[in-house]
Amino acid sequence: MSAHANDHAVDHHDDHGHHHKQSFITKYIFSTDHKMISKQYLLTGLFMGIIGIAMSILFRMQLAWPEEPFQIFELLLGKWAEGGVMDPSVYLALVTIHGTIMVFFVLTAGLSGTFSNLLIPLQIGARDMASGFLNMVSYWLFFLSSFFMIMSLFVEAGPASAGWTVYPPLSALPQAIPGSGAGMTLWLVSMAIFIASSLLGSLNYVVTVLNLRTKGMSMTRLPLTIWAFFVTAVIGIVSFPVLLSAALMLLMDRSFGTSFFLSDIYIAGEVLHNQGGSPVLYEHLFWFLGHPEVYIVILPAMGMVSEIMATNARKPIFGYRAMVMSILAIAFLSTIVWGHHMFISGMNPFLGSVFTFTTLLIAIPSAVKSFNWITTLWKGNLQMNTAMLFSIGFVSTFITGGLTGIILGDSALDINVHDTYFVVAHFHLVMGISALYGLFAGVYHWFPKMFEGRMLNKNLGYVHFWITIVGAYGVFFPMHFVGMAGLPRRYYTNTAFPYFDDLADINVVMTIFAIITAAAQLVFLYNFIHSMYYGKVGPKNPWKATTLEWTADVKHIHGNWSGPIPEVHRWAYDYSKLNKDETGYVIEGQDYIPQHVPLQDNEEEMHH
Amino acid sequence: MEATVATTETQGKTWEGGNQPLRASYGKMMMWFFIVSDALTFSGFLAAYGFSRFKFVDAWPIADEVFTHFPFLHGVPAPMFYVAFMTFVLIFSSVTMVLAVDAGHKLQKSKVATYMFLTIIGGIIFVGSQAWEWGTFIKGEYGAVETKGGKILQFLDTDGNRVAISSFATDIPVPSDEAHVDSNGIWYMGGETATTYSYEEVTAGFLANDNLLIRTQYLDEHGHPTVLSREASIAKLKNDGKLVVEGANLRHNEYGHPLFADFFFFITGFHGFHVFSGIVINIIIFFNVVIGTYEKRKSYEMVEKVGLYWHFVDLVWVFVFTFFYLV
Repeated sequence: MSAHANDHAVDHHDDHGHHHKQSFITKYIFSTDHKMISKQYLLTGLFMGIIGIAMSILFRMQLAWPEEPFQIFELLLGKWAEGGVMDPSVYLALVTIHGTIMVFFVLTAGLSGTFSNLLIPLQIGARDMASGFLNMVSYWLFFLSSFFMIMSLFVEAGPASAGWTVYPPLSALPQAIPGSGAGMTLWLVSMAIFIASSLLGSLNYVVTVLNLRTKGMSMTRLPLTIWAFFVTAVIGIVSFPVLLSAALMLLMDRSFGTSFFLSDIYIAGEVLHNQGGSPVLYEHLFWFLGHPEVYIVILPAMGMVSEIMATNARKPIFGYRAMVMSILAIAFLSTIVWGHHMFISGMNPFLGSVFTFTTLLIAIPSAVKSFNWITTLWKGNLQMNTAMLFSIGFVSTFITGGLTGIILGDSALDINVHDTYFVVAHFHLVMGISALYGLFAGVYHWFPKMFEGRMLNKNLGYVHFWITIVGAYGVFFPMHFVGMAGLPRRYYTNTAFPYFDDLADINVVMTIFAIITAAAQLVFLYNFIHSMYYGKVGPKNPWKATTLEWTADVKHIHGNWSGPIPEVHRWAYDYSKLNKDETGYVIEGQDYIPQHVPLQDNEEEMHH
Repeated sequence: MEATVATTETQGKTWEGGNQPLRASYGKMMMWFFIVSDALTFSGFLAAYGFSRFKFVDAWPIADEVFTHFPFLHGVPAPMFYVAFMTFVLIFSSVTMVLAVDAGHKLQKSKVATYMFLTIIGGIIFVGSQAWEWGTFIKGEYGAVETKGGKILQFLDTDGNRVAISSFATDIPVPSDEAHVDSNGIWYMGGETATTYSYEEVTAGFLANDNLLIRTQYLDEHGHPTVLSREASIAKLKNDGKLVVEGANLRHNEYGHPLFADFFFFITGFHGFHVFSGIVINIIIFFNVVIGTYEKRKSYEMVEKVGLYWHFVDLVWVFVFTFFYLV
């Protein structure tokens, strides 16, 4: 148990003498320090992200120039692109693994794994996570699951190809498609390990937030980042185990002859013995995780955006308690809306109307958050740092993508655009691009905290941001219209349907935007790696923020604060607070009051 | 990490920070949240079970007729007696676990060790019983015929008693060249395992015994199994019958719908795996108690944590028991 009471902080510090001798292995590989684990998560997440984005470029090229030979296809895909023409089965594999990697490995582990680990102990005033050991195990399970996912790419018959949702019977029968063989088994193994990793991580985040807050850090003084990470972890604890149920049952169906999801199947002239199972049952189990999963992805981004926006607008976040309540409301609602993914699955239409109702309820807390962000910006003293730009970009894509959610959440309207590019455009904007913006905002903002004071280059950040936001809208905005026109998703090519010939040119436009956007990420990568070693070392509190992480030592030490842990006396958003007479700021010449500063004589106590 | 340190100052409110608002150490809370998570995995399984059972509510086997065996009491119908015994043992092992935790609070090392030991024994008896239960279920008792549509036909005499196929099937010798002999190798890949009696043998025996009737797996509107007349039985067996099923596995199930066996093996197996890991963890903790690890620490919290897990595994069994055996 890590003691955190202030009177023990001194003992802690004295201990450092014998803690500090660390070998390369205990410091960089099997580290139990949350700051190092956070960097491990980030680097693994970025590595997986490079693979995931590269895959999307490959299949976008196929969509824009169907069945045309490209050298790069043959180079990267080998036997699946003989003569440079992409094979249809590898197209499906690329789409599947792109989805899996981006949703789970980049936006779940890479985003919440990185920033929960970095910020929870630093912002609540703790010396480390509750259990450093389990935290390390969590990362290494994540690493192992990434390893299996990458290995599945090298299986002879190819990786899983049944879409990231791996619906049976397609995914359950090795005879069905090449990708449902060993590649699918590895996919399930990888996901099972991923779930274990996510569970250990989430348990740690939850108990750390509950038990290790420093003195004075009440729940209503927590920065919104921590609230978001906390609730994300709770959703993860509740929903991932149900995915485990589905994955284990699928594994049984695949390998041991059970019939949980299979019934009445004739394949390759053979009648299978399976009877009685239901693929709709799988869809229920999968989406009971699958839907909360999109909030696991977006909530950490929301939390970070709230924090970065308040800091860079030099204003308190608008409606702190409403923000907390809406996070809780979203978390609750996320568990009762899964049916809106299944409107055309043959589910009872009455259930469809119930799920429409619960789904549309989510618009309320989402709108509360959107308006609060906009109101936080209103008349703020905006500091256009890169992190701030990405945060504003987040609000933009979240609203754009959210509006189409209203259409998709309505069962009557959904039927018309189900399984078209309209859906693809919707979820890429509202959770994919938005969460990536949150990730970038977080990296730009907290990079100095990760790399001992070094800052990312701002001008390269601007280049990165502007190309990314224009490019991402360039990809996904036209995609809505393509979807409205009826273009189905997951198709290798549409040349067989003359009806879609008119859409060929817009597909080229989207692909070119995608290539440009992906290229802009190289600017970010260069900036990241270069700044790690040669970045300008900024001041201790470069963004003049109020939260506790900026009071911790710039140099990474085990225990975060070389002195006692600071005590907290105020909420996290005392920006531009005026003194009692309204003649100036509470602290002369400083428009923010850090959380550890006690109540001043010339200020009024506010109850936020 | 470091040993628990009691916070001396208790000023301020519960959630003000600098304390443990739920008065539980991080380890204990982690166990609680883990239990929440694991409970949802089981909920997923049980929901899937409910979904499938509801779908085949008119053809679901009646547990009273499936689990009728008791060790050493051959031929004595004892519906649910053995599973009741298993459940009792498991719940009693929870009681000994509580006593171990309680003794731990009082730092009574030898008592903790004794009760932990009893808990482990209880767990082992439970897992052993489950193995026996599986064995009996897999072996089957009466045997049945599966139709071309995968439905189960069971045999009754005119008094309504179940009749085993072994008691009436006529022996039709199989040409020996079809049978596998050891000289061809011990390990061989063949078709499905041959049943003791073939479909032809059962049909011949059925025709020879006038007092036999067929019961389908469907229940009538009162929830009783449908019994066919002699003529209908003969027609059904001759036209639809396909193969003989003895006992249950993941593909065939003489008791009724194959999904019943699928879920039975999967859910009780997953639970049994939990009990097994619980026993392993208990053994580790037991040895830690014996060598005095917790005595030195002046805290038996580890016993408390594994106790939480053990109670959870028991609680899950109560649900599994309810849904598989009682309802």
